[in-house]
Amino acid sequence: MTEPETSLNRLRWQCRRGMRELDILLNEFLEHGYSGLEAQECETFERLLGYPDSVLIEWLMGRMIPADRDVAKIVEAIRHTAVS
Amino acid sequence: MNLPRRKFDTLIIGAGGGGLRAALQLSQADARVAVVSKVFPTRSHTVAAQGGVNAALANVLPDNWHWHMFDTVKGSDYLGDQDAIEYMCRAAPQAVYELEHFGVPFSRQQDGRIYQRRFGGQSRDFGGEQAARTCAAADRTGHAILHTLYQQNLRAKTHFFDEFFAIDLVRDREGYILGAFVMEIATGEVMIIEAKTTLIATGGVGQLFRTNTNALINTGDGMAMALRAGIPLQDMEFVQFHPTGIAGKGMLISEGARGEGGFLVNCEGERFMERYAPQAKDLASRDVVSRAIATEIRGGRGCGPGKDHVLLRLDHLDSDMIRKRLPAIRDMVLTFLHLDLCDTPAPVAPTVHYTMGGIPTNRFGQVVVPENQGPEETMPGLYAAGECACVSVHGGNRLGGNSLLDILVFGRAAANHIIGYLAENRYHRPMSDEEAEKSMARLARWDKRGEGESIDGLRTELGNVMEDYCGVFRTEEILKEGISRVEELVRRMDDATLKDHSRIFNTARVEAMELENLMDVALATVISAYSRKESRGAHSRMDYPDRDDLHWLRHSLYFREDRSIDYKPVRTKPLSVDAFPPKARTY
Repeated sequence: MTEPETSLNRLRWQCRRGMRELDILLNEFLEHGYSGLEAQECETFERLLGYPDSVLIEWLMGRMIPADRDVAKIVEAIRHTAVS
Repeated sequence: MNLPRRKFDTLIIGAGGGGLRAALQLSQADARVAVVSKVFPTRSHTVAAQGGVNAALANVLPDNWHWHMFDTVKGSDYLGDQDAIEYMCRAAPQAVYELEHFGVPFSRQQDGRIYQRRFGGQSRDFGGEQAARTCAAADRTGHAILHTLYQQNLRAKTHFFDEFFAIDLVRDREGYILGAFVMEIATGEVMIIEAKTTLIATGGVGQLFRTNTNALINTGDGMAMALRAGIPLQDMEFVQFHPTGIAGKGMLISEGARGEGGFLVNCEGERFMERYAPQAKDLASRDVVSRAIATEIRGGRGCGPGKDHVLLRLDHLDSDMIRKRLPAIRDMVLTFLHLDLCDTPAPVAPTVHYTMGGIPTNRFGQVVVPENQGPEETMPGLYAAGECACVSVHGGNRLGGNSLLDILVFGRAAANHIIGYLAENRYHRPMSDEEAEKSMARLARWDKRGEGESIDGLRTELGNVMEDYCGVFRTEEILKEGISRVEELVRRMDDATLKDHSRIFNTARVEAMELENLMDVALATVISAYSRKESRGAHSRMDYPDRDDLHWLRHSLYFREDRSIDYKPVRTKPLSVDAFPPKARTY
């Protein structure tokens, strides 16, 4: 296993959440959107994963907007990646 | 090989509400407690419970625990054990007040008392008018409970093993459970956690089915560990479906959408519920609507390229009304499907929501198995609580608001019993290296290299088979086919190999072991469903449409070793009041 792969696996486990909605949104983003991020954005994504499920669900359903602009940008990117 | 060992008084596997409630009680009593959780504790599935906790506080409308008990027995379609149900309903107010003292911010009335919601299946005076029994912290009750219990556990110095995967229980020759063999996911390091008592609190197994409302973590790990330790699973045929989950994804669209005038159509655009329930139509009960959808899909009248769902239409309604009354549902469909319910229908299908069955326990949380002396001999030192257990308070069908109550009451009851057990059993039983290393084989098996079946592929197939052959629509023929298909998948598991053999954060290996767990529980579920030749609660057999109390008022027990089914009587005698005898279940 190379280091990037290990780090991706670690993130994959961080994307395992307590709610179905979050599992789907975060894992689809990891699969389809994450590789296009700049280094700085990757760090922001990791920071996002540190928030509790109840906060993530409000942001990702578009009911609230994060005060932190960088986090808000990632939230928007995840919402755009959610495919039908 | 000398495995590293750590010793605790109690090992708790699973850090949802049940595990954390038990851990707190034990740590406060100065027991040394280890909680093993495969994800960070506050990411457990309890966080998803929005509804609330039932308790007869009588804050909004008159109520008492005996009415709550009646509703729960009736809701269970009389399969629930009435001693455990009486215990739970009597303990409910205390369970809620304890949470309040721990810091859960329950929603309140003007006068400061806890507000209570009206939920389906709640009645006053034994089946009379609607009751209001559900205490909630806005729409995030599960989250509030989980976070509060976690914080309290940190304060009480509970020892957490976060992101550790429990591989198997360690059992000695005499049948005592001595702890578990666990692996740290980050490093791949393994160790034995030795404990005088072990509590399994790993939650449900919604991931068995393609379409479910559950988090990915709900893979029935504890249930499968119990099966491998020779313990049967009880009433596994009882799986609760919600009629309108988003097809292929599982997120719930609540009854509210149909309550506001939404209706279901098949591929011909026909409003088919008119045929199944001419009066109630789309607002018929959950099991009736779920069966109707399944019948349309099986009859080839499903929608989409796979003809595997029906459509929920709201586009005939005023769009301002939808925005005003159903904002959360519209947001959710917009996010996941990029569809606006105001002008486009949503694809929906019956969706697995909750597992009523599980590891058989008594009302003290002790695991009970049939032995020489009778059907319910306790296994000393082994406990289970919550959705992974079958105590059985939900019987054939769980009522809304009773699942959070179950984890709180029986998490606490198990802990109290453990405290007594620890006082009388002061020392760890000896564990030989041989016993400790037995479960290593399960891990070593995934070192196999070369070409083979893929885990992802098998998991997808299992979900499809369970949904198609053990779903809402059950007959002898369908279930028989289901058994042979699951058995075939179990055989193919032997040929599965992993491409990644590294140790650091090897999530593929964890997922492979989760799939093994799912396979074991799948067999338990489909074989139990095949064996029960009646319709009761959530188990609906087209070929046996009626409830048959004469032959089937009994619990099923599935044994892994020979894939056999046995039965034991329902405990129809409550602790202090008269029994509620079976009656036709009408609402």
